[in-house]
This record gives sequence, C-alpha cells and structure tokens, in this order.
Amino acid sequence: MKPLPVELDSLACERDQRELFASLSLQLEPGEVLQVAGPNGSGKTSLLRIMAGLLPPSAGDMRYGGDSVFSGTGRENWRQQRLYIGHAPAVKGALTAEENLAWLCALSRPVENDHIWQALEQVGLRGFEDVPCHNLSAGQQRRVALARLYLEQHPVWILDEPFTAIDKAGVAALETHILQHAARGGLVIMTTHHGLEHLPGVRCLDLGQVN
Amino acid sequence: MRQIVWLLFCREWRLAWRRPGDLLNPLVFFALVVSLFPLAVGPEPSMLRSMAPGVIWVAALLATLLSLDGLFRSDYEDGSLEQWVLSPHPLALMVLVKVLHHWMMSGLAMVLLAPLFGLMLALPLSSLPVLALTLLLGTPILSLLGAVGAALTVGLKSGGVLLALLILPLYIPVLILGTGAMDAALQGMPVTGFALWLGCLAVLALTLAPIAIAAGLRIGVSE
Amino acid sequence: MNWSFFHKLGSPKWFYDISGRWLPWFAVAGVALLLVGSVWGLFFAPQDYQQGNSFRIIYIHVPAAFVAQSCYMMLAVAGVVSLVWRMKLADVALKCAAPIGAWMTFVALLTGAIWGKPTWGTYWVWDARLTSMLILLFLYFGIIALGQAISNRETSAKATAVLAIVGTVNIPIIKYSVNWWNTLHQPATFKVTEKPAMPMEMWLPLLLMVLGFYALFTVSLLMRMRLEVLRREQKTRWVRETLEKLS
Repeated sequence: MKPLPVELDSLACERDQRELFASLSLQLEPGEVLQVAGPNGSGKTSLLRIMAGLLPPSAGDMRYGGDSVFSGTGRENWRQQRLYIGHAPAVKGALTAEENLAWLCALSRPVENDHIWQALEQVGLRGFEDVPCHNLSAGQQRRVALARLYLEQHPVWILDEPFTAIDKAGVAALETHILQHAARGGLVIMTTHHGLEHLPGVRCLDLGQVN
Repeated sequence: MRQIVWLLFCREWRLAWRRPGDLLNPLVFFALVVSLFPLAVGPEPSMLRSMAPGVIWVAALLATLLSLDGLFRSDYEDGSLEQWVLSPHPLALMVLVKVLHHWMMSGLAMVLLAPLFGLMLALPLSSLPVLALTLLLGTPILSLLGAVGAALTVGLKSGGVLLALLILPLYIPVLILGTGAMDAALQGMPVTGFALWLGCLAVLALTLAPIAIAAGLRIGVSE
Repeated sequence: MNWSFFHKLGSPKWFYDISGRWLPWFAVAGVALLLVGSVWGLFFAPQDYQQGNSFRIIYIHVPAAFVAQSCYMMLAVAGVVSLVWRMKLADVALKCAAPIGAWMTFVALLTGAIWGKPTWGTYWVWDARLTSMLILLFLYFGIIALGQAISNRETSAKATAVLAIVGTVNIPIIKYSVNWWNTLHQPATFKVTEKPAMPMEMWLPLLLMVLGFYALFTVSLLMRMRLEVLRREQKTRWVRETLEKLS
C-alpha cells in the first residue's frame, strides 16, 4: 500500500502555557525517513503525538494526500494508514506475546497466528510466543511491541524512541527494516537519541533550531 | 466490526481470569458493608427488614465504584489505551464492550449474591426476585456511569475518593428507583412501573454513556 | 445573524476591554436592584397569610436557588462551546463560574434551613427542594474537585466540560426522582408552589431580587474572568501595557 504525501502546515504546539514550536511547515514524500531531533523538552514527543492524532495542535493543520487528518474522512483514512508506537510498549503483562500481538493487530486488521510467529522470530523472540509478558525483560517487551512493524500493513510509521532498551544487534536489524520499508515506498517519522547519520537518505528536522 | 467486539471480549476475559483475586475483592467488600449494618444497629429483624433494601443498594453502589476505579488505569499506564484511541474502530463501541464485560464480572455477581444478603437481613422470600430484578437492571447503569468517572480520572492517582465524589450524585436516581421498588414489593404492591423506569434509564445509559466515556478517554490520553 | 461577535469572543483582549466597559453598569444596576428589592421585600411587603414574617427569607432563598440552577446550565453551555469551538474564554468562564454557583447553592441551602425552623420546627428536612439543592451542591463540588485534581490546564478544562455536560443531562432525571421519592415518603409536605397566586406586592420585590442576584452573579463572574484572563495572557504585550497603566 503506497502512502500519499504528508504535509505539515504551520503546526504549533503549546503545552502547560509554554510554546514548544510554532509555524512548523514541512512536506514529506513517500520513501522518506524523517528523524525529529532536538534537546529534551523541545517537543519531539508532542509533535509525534500530534501527527498520530492523540493530541490536537494549538494551531495549524496536517494533511495526508490533501485531506486534513484532524477531521472528517481524512481522519478515518489516516487512522487506517498510520502506525504509532510510543514510549509505552502497550504490552499487557498478563497476556502472552502472541496474545498481545494478536490484539494489537486486531485493532486495525486481524492477522493469522503463523504470521505472528514469523514476526516474533524476526525480532529474536522465537520460543517466547506463549510466555506471559511480565516474565520478559523490558527490552524483550519492547521487541514484542516492535514486532508489529513486521506484521501490519501500514504505509506510515510514527515511532517514538524505538531503539530504547534494544541491544546493538537489535538496533542494526531495526535500522535495516526501517530502510527497507522506506525503499518500498513507506514513510517513517521517528525520534531517537541514536545517531542516524550513517544511514543513507535520512532527513533531519531539528526542533531546537525551529524556534 | 463484530470481530473486534468478540476479540476485545476475549481479551478482557483472559485478563480478568489471569488475576482472579481482583474479581473477588468487590464482592467481599459488598458482603462486608452489608454485614456492618446489623453490627451497627442491632440484629432485630423488623429493623433490619426496613433497612435492608437501602443497605443492599448502598453497598452495591460503593462496591461498584470501588471496582471501577482501576477500570482503565492499567491500560492507561502501559500504553494500551493509546492504541485503542488510535484504532480505526469506534472507541465508543470498544468501551461499551469493556464496561459490559466488567459488569458481567462484578455487577452480575452482585445480582446473584444479593438475595443471599437479603435473607441475612430478614427480607421475606417473596421480595427476593424483585431485589434481583432491580439490581439486574440497575447495576449496568451503575457500571456505565461509573465508567464515565473512571475515564475522566484515568490519569490521576487520587484513587477512588474523587471518583466517588464525581459519580455518587449521578447514582441517586437509580438508588431511589431500586429501593422504591423494594419498598413496594414489601408492601405487596406491583413493581412493574419501577422496573420500566429502571429499564428506561438503563437504555439511556447504554446509548449515551459510551460517548462520554470515549470523550473522557481521549482527553486523558492527550496529556 | 452576525457571527463576527461570536468569533470576536474568542479574543481575550476584546473580552477584557468590553467587560471593563460593561462592569460598572452591571455593578450599579445590581446594587440598586438588590437594595430596593431587599428593603421592599424584607420590610414593606405584606405578611404571608400562613407563615407571617418568616416567609421573607424567600427574598434571598429563591433568587439564590435560581442563580445556582441556571449557573450549572451555564457551565454545561460553556462546556459545549469549549469542546466544539475550542474557545479558551469558555474554559475561563467554566472555571470561574463554578465556585460562584457553589456559593449560591450554599446560600440557598442555608436560607432554606433558616426558613425551615419557624415553618417546620427543624433546621433541616429532607424535602424535595432542599434535597435537590444538596445534590446540586455535590455536583458543583465534583466539578471543582476534578478541575483542581488535573494539573494540565487544557486537560482540566476539557474534563470539567465533559463532566458539566454529563451532570446537566442527569439533572432532570435527578430532580424527577427526588421529587417522586419525596411524595413516597412525605406526602404532607408544604409546597410553596401550590400556594394561591402571590399578590403583586409580594412578587414584584422578588422579581427585583432575582434580577439583582443575576446582576451580582454577572459582576462576580466578569471580575473573576478578567483576573483569570490577565493571568493566562500575562506574557502578551497588551497585558503588560494594561498592568503598567494600572500601577
């Protein structure tokens, strides 16, 4: 599923009476990887949450393929097209890895069990499918959350600090997967403290310099 | 859409039964509160009988509130609630399924236990079906209204007291109708009017509360 | 219909300027109405045929009750405006009006209790009106408590807006059920509304007091809103200029 261009139009965000950023305008084409950078508190997470649709902006608009994502059919369409993985892994301790993934995918489109097993294998959790997630380490729980990236068919990915608690091999594998997704025409927007300069074609938006 | 309803129901069911202790707590609380009253006012049967409908209903109100406090909190804290809000499926529908599942685990259990407490409080056998019926119609309303409060306070650590302060005034009509029906039954008068009114409020709650709950959750998640 | 008024209302500065011009008029009108109404009602209106002089407390009780109930409706309207049109002034109005409404409810309850002593012999009876007023007070406490508990201002405004709307939808249901509960348990309650029609010398001062209370409410609300607007917009230039002019 090929994504459409994403356009940010004079987006502004104000939290707790502090203006984080204003008049942010940007155009993203399919196949791009955007890294949102900036010092702590500059509004990276807020920007991603606004783009995902969790938080309304103080001003401005965001359009996906020409339709505003904050209202009407544009919003319905955006909800189907984008995948957001935030700080919290959305993994329930009492459920097994398999059950967690089955539910998380069902929120957009249900998937078959063997696809879930393949995805868990690709994030290095083969054999942990039926382990309750409270028995997994923080890094392993995050891998369960990231397994969605191997399962669901969303063209636009919005990832907030995806590399947290992941070891070096996992980071490399995830970087490769992100680049592959972009090469297939997908769109990735992410924040991370890891340096991504060694990756080809990554665009950077520095919120510290926008203000 | 039917598939997501079923999958959600299964998820909630699994989560509930993997921590069975949490299911029992509200029921034990219900039993405790009911038992406090004979200890407080004496075991004289005629006095217990006149107080019984009120005591059972107030205990049911408080037990429901207690069990609802954490309804959305664990999902909020581990990030699952965000994914619900982001999903293309209607949030109001998902929330309705979750609350109804919660009612099945708590309110329905109270409906089954209440006749037992009615006997302990010297209620005549003939009035027990009315007790069960009014609780059956009333406890979903309590769960739905309480869930509105739980959604509005989802990010707060202040515990059940704030939730009680917000929601108990809204419980008053259900309390009045439920105890009114019991008083009528004790006097041998028909209770169809009360049952119909309770049913009316239940339908109103079923249709309107999920919208308020979804709005509250979206607000809570947008922090 | 001219919607530009509605859109201008979104501007805090416009509100501050215009409320500054209206405030003196409301204050003068309010003081005048309250003075005339209370003196007339408390001293000059004829005695009630049943209750004698003690009924005069209605000149405070009834206006306070009216304002308390309509203030809650206003909270719900402000909530709707805030959620649908995202107007920040509506948030300010909701936050500032809630404590005023709560105080009015308290005054209504207090005067209702004082009225009860000579009429029924006790300071408190669980009749329909006082019970409904008490529940209204709890509803107000709920809004104030929720507003205080949430620290993020935007979230707090939206949550209290939803709560105000939910409360308003429930108010008719609560009123009906309390009225009906009262008829079940106290069939012989004295009801003010079923008295024979009040002569004009009695209800005219009452009308003046009601209008005076509304004016008083408006004055308190506008003053509180102006203060809150200054507080929220303190970083803008017009606020700094205004504060310089005042000091």
